[in-house]
Amino acid sequence: MKANAIKQAMAALPAMAIAEPEYAKRGNHLDVTVAPDQLVAAVTVLDSHGFFIEAITGVDWLGEKAALKKEAAAKAAAAAKAAAEAAAAAGQEPPPSPAAPAEPEGSPVDDLEVIYDFNRYETLCRVTVRTRVPRDKPEVPTISEIYPGANWHERETHDFFGITFVGHPYLAPLLLPEDADFHPLLKDYKP
Amino acid sequence: MSAFAQTQLKETFVINLGPQHPATHGVLRVKLVMDGEYIVEAEPVLGYIHRMHEKMGENRTWAQFMPNTGRMDYLHALAYNHGYVTVVERAAGIKVPERAEYIRVITAELNRISSHLLWFGAFVLDLGGFTPLLYAFDDREQILDLLESVTGSRLTYSYFRFGGVYNDIDGNFVPGALAFIKRLRERMPMYHALVTKNIILRKRLEDIGFITPEMCRKYGATGPVARGSGINFDVRKHEPYSIYPELDFDVPVYPKGDSMARYLVRMDEIEQSMRIVEQAIAKLPEGPVMAEKAPKILKPAKGDYYHAVETARGSFGLRVVSDGTNTPYRLKLRSPTFSNLSLFGEACQGMLLPDALALMGSLDLVIPEIDR
Repeated sequence: MKANAIKQAMAALPAMAIAEPEYAKRGNHLDVTVAPDQLVAAVTVLDSHGFFIEAITGVDWLGEKAALKKEAAAKAAAAAKAAAEAAAAAGQEPPPSPAAPAEPEGSPVDDLEVIYDFNRYETLCRVTVRTRVPRDKPEVPTISEIYPGANWHERETHDFFGITFVGHPYLAPLLLPEDADFHPLLKDYKP
Repeated sequence: MSAFAQTQLKETFVINLGPQHPATHGVLRVKLVMDGEYIVEAEPVLGYIHRMHEKMGENRTWAQFMPNTGRMDYLHALAYNHGYVTVVERAAGIKVPERAEYIRVITAELNRISSHLLWFGAFVLDLGGFTPLLYAFDDREQILDLLESVTGSRLTYSYFRFGGVYNDIDGNFVPGALAFIKRLRERMPMYHALVTKNIILRKRLEDIGFITPEMCRKYGATGPVARGSGINFDVRKHEPYSIYPELDFDVPVYPKGDSMARYLVRMDEIEQSMRIVEQAIAKLPEGPVMAEKAPKILKPAKGDYYHAVETARGSFGLRVVSDGTNTPYRLKLRSPTFSNLSLFGEACQGMLLPDALALMGSLDLVIPEIDR
């Protein structure tokens, strides 16, 4: 199985999370999450193992952090309420309400996710590479020097999400009009 | 020193091919930098019929997006139907009755034949032969009539449903399909005798328009383009879905990588698709054509899912991201010709313009699917 070889090669790179999703349910064999500065190294590994590029795309996670914060706050409130109820049932003074839940780590700005799909001609092995960049500074290094086919996919992703592929030779609109300055697949896009 | 040597500075000029040009089959534009009759640089310009299907997917329910899938690759729309229903069925965990899968494969393969027949006619038309187009359309018409009787439409099908197909085939379909295959089998030798063996066609295609396997890999080319370069890659065999593992068919592969190889791959695929239809009809089981427990309102579990199918032009992949509601959060459509066309700029360098047009025809472009 090619996936094991890739897993070993990828594990040598720093700060990398590798998941092995259930293929029948998800449709891919390896799910690699990398930091943007490790992307080129990860793609180079795939290139040296003979993978071809399927597609590049983005996902806008607007509102994800707010939802996570809300969920954490709801959890903390529920825990505090349960503690107070337990204390009341035992006939004790309710404990002092805990401090406000800790802010989730990292910046409060939501992320744009860039997803790269790779596959092999010889033996089936679908590898998904993901990286996340903040919405206010969406910059990812280009991989069009490794895979020339990525050129158009990156231009398309730039059209739709406004993600800048640093080092791309010609990041002009591909599918949108040539003077387009909007990015329709952003969740806060208003036509 | 002769006067000739002094003027060897490269003099190039720009030709604008399209967007309204009969050889580009739709609204594709190519900016060509020419050195005399030879191409120095070619840059396809896309987006003239871009419709933003992916955004449309985000603001309608899973089922409401179904008709969109029939409007991207209008020549092999049932494969797009198939890709979309399979990815949603994977996400929502819906089981499909066997008879429905057989009907899906029979109709999708007939549709593949009709797509290849249209390509055959249009490709030879590009090369200057008008008559084969009329013969190919005559054959294709039979398929469209058959599919119309089952699906209710002739081109932009929206026939598959999550968990099955819209309705069962009627009593005339099976005899009609078998009669059509018999008829096409009799006509294929004529096509080969008149077109494949034609010296003019061979001179235009053989040893011209090379695409190497490495180029396919770097650009992500799939389908007949990759198989014409000796890459044995067909999603139906490689990553089997539906009932394809139960059927016996070959994947035609030609190693040469010229325009003729891609021509031969598609001509052989017509024969293989006929074999698939015959076998599937022979094995067609009785039973329901729609899963009983298919939910009316779909809410697939959170997460993202990928599924690919083999269309007439290559691997069509869908990545759906669900947030657990009744509309997709994100719907990525990976269309095969987008990748196949992206290698055109490199492949046609240094070619004569008419040869590049033959190469473009051999890529089998469908513009709405590139522009999406």
